[in-house]
Amino acid sequence: MKHLAEYRNPDTAKKLTEHIAALVTRPWTLMEICGGQTHSIMKYGLDRLLPEQVELIHGPGCPVCVTPLECIDKAIAIAQRPEAILCSFGDMLRVPGSERDLLAVKAAGGDVRTVYSPLDAVKTARDHPRRQVVFFAVGFETTAPAAAMAAFQAKREGLANFSLLVSHVRVPPAMEALLGAPNNRVQGFLAAGHVCTVMGYTEYEPLARRYKIPIVVTGFEPVDILSGIHRCLKQLEEGRHEVENEYRRSVRREGNQPAQALLAQVFRVIDRPWRGLGVIPASGLGLSPEYADFDAENRFEVGGVSAPEPAECRSGLVLQGALKPDRCPAFGTRCTPEHPLGATMVSSEGACAAYYRYRHAAHA
Amino acid sequence: MCLAIPGQILSLPATPEQPGRVNFGGIVKETSLAFVPEAQVGDYVIVHAGFAISRLDEAEAAEALAEFAALAALHADEAELP
Repeated sequence: MKHLAEYRNPDTAKKLTEHIAALVTRPWTLMEICGGQTHSIMKYGLDRLLPEQVELIHGPGCPVCVTPLECIDKAIAIAQRPEAILCSFGDMLRVPGSERDLLAVKAAGGDVRTVYSPLDAVKTARDHPRRQVVFFAVGFETTAPAAAMAAFQAKREGLANFSLLVSHVRVPPAMEALLGAPNNRVQGFLAAGHVCTVMGYTEYEPLARRYKIPIVVTGFEPVDILSGIHRCLKQLEEGRHEVENEYRRSVRREGNQPAQALLAQVFRVIDRPWRGLGVIPASGLGLSPEYADFDAENRFEVGGVSAPEPAECRSGLVLQGALKPDRCPAFGTRCTPEHPLGATMVSSEGACAAYYRYRHAAHA
Repeated sequence: MCLAIPGQILSLPATPEQPGRVNFGGIVKETSLAFVPEAQVGDYVIVHAGFAISRLDEAEAAEALAEFAALAALHADEAELP
């Protein structure tokens, strides 16, 4: 298919890896932010094509993984209400809450439905005026515009039976939290291509200056990722720290302005807890006062739900790039995709799931 | 959630509120084009959660591929040095 074949060309990938090998003179540690990129790296074995001095660590870029346990519990509490229809992306159904997951609620008779788009949840509300339809709105700046459009349409239509359980998060504050952490090892970032497609990359420019760190906006195909790594390493070797855009076919510096305008109308920036990372200031999106009526936390009075993280799961360290998934004592034994301890193994985009699928299974 | 495969627009909706049709290698999905008002039939778009979030820029794609080719040529020159 167009725009894929060229970026999966093995000859181009091989030439880029040769160029990277010729460039590197000392050890460097890079972090890719997006779970989609983590999966491409593992699927194509890109980390194994790099010189030994270059280490890739995997960031908190899986939206399902970073959603706090308490938020899963809130969704479960709502889904158990007889009047409710809880609509969610499929990935969220198997993420364990404190006691059960949404799939178990569904099996016990709860009305939990998988949707492809938040607009499907609005349609469900239209079709079931006597039920309360809730969209479980998780994800980064990529999915938030879709949720914003759902809220916008529901408000315009005056749908009184539609609301959103919002746990949207913003990437740049999480990158800053990682850079400011005492155990930080990140020397260069591959920024998430589709987050930047929506938001542009002006937010990254002060980060690159303040922390003296190269940030390269990177796509998802093997050649994109190798090219992003090459650009990042070139900056490091030359002592530069700039924001570069490798994914120019999709990303403009100013991002997608119609999407940003709707985000600003429907949401406001708030502090949010991230699984494994704690509360990060200004890292979340919550509904703006104009859309407060569409807040499912208030409508179902689940705002007070809280839950401690499970003791054995080390998702937090994995999400910080401090622990490689296969170094976790539970990896592949007490924690597998069939019986996951935590979100990084559950989600199809999680780093633990990527290691299990592409490495563990190959050696089992 | 992250679908990185570009799709090609088959048809535009009659109004911005309605979805257009986008072809992902033979699978056709209804997709909102509300965030890419400039997109036309035949354009490739990146889609997230049922919404197109960008129209792929052919000129930028061609330029990036030319850069890779130039990089490969540069490396070949370096390899020939004694």
